[in-house]
Amino acid sequence: MSEETQMASTDHTAHRGGAWGWITSTDHKKIGILYGVSAIMFFLIGGVEALLIRTQLALPNGDVLSADAYNQMFTMHATTMVFLVVMPAAAAFTNYFLPLLLGARDVAFPRLNALSYWIFFFGGLFLTISFFVGGAPDGGWFGYAPLSTQVSEVVRMDYWALGLLILGLASVLSAINFITTVFTMRAPGMTLMRMPVFAWMAFVVAFLLLFSLPIITVGLFQVFLDRNLGTLFFSAAGGGDPVLWQHLFWLFGHPEVYVLILPAMGIVSEVLPVFSGKPLFGRSFVIFSGIAIGFMGFGVWAHHMFTSGLGPVAEAAFALTTMFIGVPTGVKIFNWLGTLWGGSIRFKTPMLFSLGFIAMFVIGGLSGVTHSIVPADTQQHDTYYVVAHFHYVLFGGAIFGLFAGVYYWWPKITGRLLHEGWGKLHFWTMLIGFNLTFAPMHVLGLAGMPRRTYRYPEGLGFEFWNFVATVGSYLIAVSILVFLWNWWRSRHHGEVAGNDPWNGRTLEWTIPSPPPHYNFATVPTVHSEDSFWHDKYREDEAGNAVPVAAAPTTTAAEEDIHMPSPSYYPALTGFGMFIALMGFVYLPVGLVAVAAGLMVTMWGLFGWAMEPLTREPHE
Amino acid sequence: MSAVTHTDPAEHGAHPPLPHVRKVAMWAFLGSECLFFGTLISTFLLYRNRTGDGPTAAEIFDIPFTSISSFILLMSSLTMVLAHYASERKDWRRMRVWLLATALLGMTFLAGQVFEFTEFVHEGLTVTTSPFGSAFFVMTSFHGAHVAVGVILLLATAFMSFGGKLRADGGMNVELVALYWHFVDIVWIVIFTVVYLLQV
Repeated sequence: MSEETQMASTDHTAHRGGAWGWITSTDHKKIGILYGVSAIMFFLIGGVEALLIRTQLALPNGDVLSADAYNQMFTMHATTMVFLVVMPAAAAFTNYFLPLLLGARDVAFPRLNALSYWIFFFGGLFLTISFFVGGAPDGGWFGYAPLSTQVSEVVRMDYWALGLLILGLASVLSAINFITTVFTMRAPGMTLMRMPVFAWMAFVVAFLLLFSLPIITVGLFQVFLDRNLGTLFFSAAGGGDPVLWQHLFWLFGHPEVYVLILPAMGIVSEVLPVFSGKPLFGRSFVIFSGIAIGFMGFGVWAHHMFTSGLGPVAEAAFALTTMFIGVPTGVKIFNWLGTLWGGSIRFKTPMLFSLGFIAMFVIGGLSGVTHSIVPADTQQHDTYYVVAHFHYVLFGGAIFGLFAGVYYWWPKITGRLLHEGWGKLHFWTMLIGFNLTFAPMHVLGLAGMPRRTYRYPEGLGFEFWNFVATVGSYLIAVSILVFLWNWWRSRHHGEVAGNDPWNGRTLEWTIPSPPPHYNFATVPTVHSEDSFWHDKYREDEAGNAVPVAAAPTTTAAEEDIHMPSPSYYPALTGFGMFIALMGFVYLPVGLVAVAAGLMVTMWGLFGWAMEPLTREPHE
Repeated sequence: MSAVTHTDPAEHGAHPPLPHVRKVAMWAFLGSECLFFGTLISTFLLYRNRTGDGPTAAEIFDIPFTSISSFILLMSSLTMVLAHYASERKDWRRMRVWLLATALLGMTFLAGQVFEFTEFVHEGLTVTTSPFGSAFFVMTSFHGAHVAVGVILLLATAFMSFGGKLRADGGMNVELVALYWHFVDIVWIVIFTVVYLLQV
């Protein structure tokens, strides 16, 4: 094939714009953007739910929401933020950057990747439209039996069980895809230990998902069958055991915590070295502590159940494992501080968010250690102290880390920088608003304010700090508006970024911004950790970095590049599953929809199996 | 799923030989499945004696019958190995014969399961009788569903071999189906041992 036709073949698939182009895309970068945009949309929905909760609690005896609406709000706020915001936002970065960091042209299974996205999208839609048809889930995001299995209150928890089932399927498929990508598609010379830390954390997360989601999948099937078929898994009256549900849920749910935080840790481990002008301190310790967290994450689940009556032996064992899992996390914190030590630090917005991440995550981690002490936990259990703890970890940790990633990688994705001034305003309003919201909850919790109650009476001393928390939550909302404005204005007015705006160390900065469809014109060869950095700098006698002459960059496609063709079958398959799910909620009437949905799904899968992955351009 | 041949790094020669993309994916998937069946079996172990007023395991299990159907399923692993072996020697005709034999044995096992379920229901054990019934039927149904998927895969693979697709992929599809089929068999060995044979 001549070079012209090769370029034509890449153009053939790259420039198919419009909505259809997005629906049929199998390009990991476009799918990453789809994940990111969806995550931001759900973030706004989850944020509005949070604001409603806080508005209700601003004053004693609040009457903004009814008790029923309040239950739906806190259930959906948590479900949305965990499954539809933090996980897909991390998936957005993993999709977009894992192949770039590995020096690959795509993930191992591009169409499977598209299917993961579409299943996630329709799963999120399925959960969200429950507000408008039949009522949103109201049994808590943890779905404790018997709250989740009561058949008397119609279909709400069916939405929850089926929605989580389908989202889990999307995540398992992604996990298989990413694991295969890491094992088989690294650029020549990119050994596992030379992989960037973000890629490592994504790899560990994929294993966590692979091994934790099947457990909750079985549990969710059991909930669904208890509700719809009359099985007795969690029915105490019929001889079943609700505590089994708690074990299955937290055996998934605790590893899930690390699914949410490890990608943010990976992002911070990429950002800190770049803005400190130093390699990551103790790189292999950061990687191995991530692996250790992955293993130990499966051994601590019962600390969520200290008040369920497990007996002193189990409680002592889980108290110990829970204290131990703080160790690898602490190792990471010291490595990040070691990276900052003596560095020439540039306080750009991604760096600010990373530093915010470290500070907030340490606070959340320390309050987490207090939960491992069983007598203390018994007092803190189901109070606002717990709410404060996990928001410090998941908002102060995961969300701050993800925003660091947004500001860091935005120029690579869009070709334009976000504005520094607006970015800093975003950071400071969010940091202050966040602390105003969640720091008082420690006090409220220790003063005895319970979680999940929709109003509190006057005179218990809860008024002042609740009001402060509500003010803080509005400040967070303002900070998000600042971010949205920054995003909007950068589309046309953002500074043009160029290939390497931050003086980066990893492979994604070697290629144009935004990257071409095929990522790398020539597959790079990697000779060391931070290989790209060593291409740019060498050390003089005094140990200072000295720029070397620019390495020749290859612009023309030198290899025979065949990228996967677009395909509408993944989206069609996901849509079929969505129809079937809607039918399952309204059994037995919905059987028609189930049959129709399954037929569409089969059509999608069959067409997929029969279609070649790559078509020649002139076919 | 098709192989992404253009990105197979082994072609670049700079790596030590890497495992095949689709085999890694299948192993990862089966790893996930281990946890899935592990959870189902754990649930069953918790509920094995919670029979309420319904029949107990000792009352309804027909060990000789299930032993025979288990033996049939185990033999299907042998025919699967022969199919895989034939595909490696590019003996496509013999491979088709063994694939179909495997599918037939799988279907015989499924028929046995259907018969067994009907018998149990006649003897008064359903999913709603007791936690034991719920756990038993849900666990074995999920296994049966996996066998059914395996039978479809076997038939599809035999069918594809007529179109020459297997020749093009060097029999990789047969190897992947074999991995899946052996996994389903191994899970049944565990279920048969733990659920049927080790009765306390």
